Amino acid sequence: MRAYLDDTYLEGYLPVGVIILVGIGLAAAMLGVNRLMRPQVASREKATTYESGVDPVGDGWSQSTVRYYVYAFLYVIFAVDAVFLFPWAVVLEEIGAAAAVEMGIFIGILVVGLAYAWRKGVLSWTS
Amino acid sequence: MGELLDAVLRCLIVLGAFLTLPLLVGQMEHKAMAHMQSRVGPMAAGGFHGWAQLVADGIKFVQKESITPAAADRRVFELAPAVALVPYLVAMLAIPLGPFFGQTNLIGQDLDLGLFFVLAAMSVGVLGTLMGGLGSGNKYSYIGGMRVAAQLMSYELPMVLAAASVAMAAGTLSLVGIAQEWEPWWLLTQLPGLVVFFVAGLAELQRPPFDAPLADAELVMGPLTEYGGMRFAMFLLAEYAGIVVLAALTTVLFLGGWAGPWSDHLGWVWSLLKIVAVSFLVIWARVAYPRLREDQVNALAWKVLVPVALAQVTLTTVLVVA
Repeated sequence: MRAYLDDTYLEGYLPVGVIILVGIGLAAAMLGVNRLMRPQVASREKATTYESGVDPVGDGWSQSTVRYYVYAFLYVIFAVDAVFLFPWAVVLEEIGAAAAVEMGIFIGILVVGLAYAWRKGVLSWTS
Repeated sequence: MGELLDAVLRCLIVLGAFLTLPLLVGQMEHKAMAHMQSRVGPMAAGGFHGWAQLVADGIKFVQKESITPAAADRRVFELAPAVALVPYLVAMLAIPLGPFFGQTNLIGQDLDLGLFFVLAAMSVGVLGTLMGGLGSGNKYSYIGGMRVAAQLMSYELPMVLAAASVAMAAGTLSLVGIAQEWEPWWLLTQLPGLVVFFVAGLAELQRPPFDAPLADAELVMGPLTEYGGMRFAMFLLAEYAGIVVLAALTTVLFLGGWAGPWSDHLGWVWSLLKIVAVSFLVIWARVAYPRLREDQVNALAWKVLVPVALAQVTLTTVLVVA
């Protein structure tokens, strides 16, 4: 069994930290060069919200029907499943049939859930 | 200190790839789309077939004024392009290109969680578009942002399931390990997974025919409506970098990575060729298919891709255990 949290293991992730810093540096450089080279002519009209050429009506943030909120519930349920799937995928061959059956039951329950949601008409835009 | 220097050097090489490969894909898109639509595309910039068009675009973008609408949520609006761009650079770190003239493997860093890491980084990238959509204070952007959210939720799942199927077949999450375990008959047994992964990847990148969030005929430019100049350029670069990452990931997971004749020395050439070929498919899809309506986008994910992906996972389980 490998010790997963000793120093040598984490050292493998040093480049991840470096690349994130490089990425932030890249974004800062792009915006910085832009700041040095761009003109700045202030006017109130420029800062108005674009609404196809007419004066904006009301607020940009407004109440609206979120038709797919049930998708969001489904997604949360399945996303948890997906996270468990990865560590399981790695050891599947070692453990063998027992692991396959257990995951079969786990996924089976989710499939029944999806079938139920489908049957209930949740997956249709208008019901 | 030596290790840190080594890491910095590797990251700078990844940065070099990040700044050139997306431009190549962009140029290919100009030309491939033009010829598919019986026109020539940009021909002036740089002389030879407009090869410098994207460089010229970049110079133009750098000099443009930066405008933040008064109605926008300033911080979120200004940070969004960086959030969209940086994750693809981070994702590229863990993607292997294969043997490079005697070097064992051309890769930023071989992470043992590579696949998981790349998928996680890719989904952070989508948050940038979401921030742009909800932070702009514009109705088009807002509706676009809502569509981005719906698309992210629907397509993340089939993509992850298809990737998990490959991880099961290979028995590892390391991208180098997966490419080494790859065997030609995976082209057949993992074919449904390949299709699901590619389609879901297109949707995640909001590329046509899954560009309902941007839908220029109804939403102007969706979440990007209020952006211009450098910040718009960053979103654009993020899109092309996303194509490269998706193509590279498809190559490594499903097409054997650097597998090919003389791969001990020329493995990286095979990887690049496969990446270019998959990128070409991404561009081709844009020209060939009309945009899906918003309800069709979600229906395709939940009624077709998720069941197919679950079937693929089951098939792979049976093949691995048997």
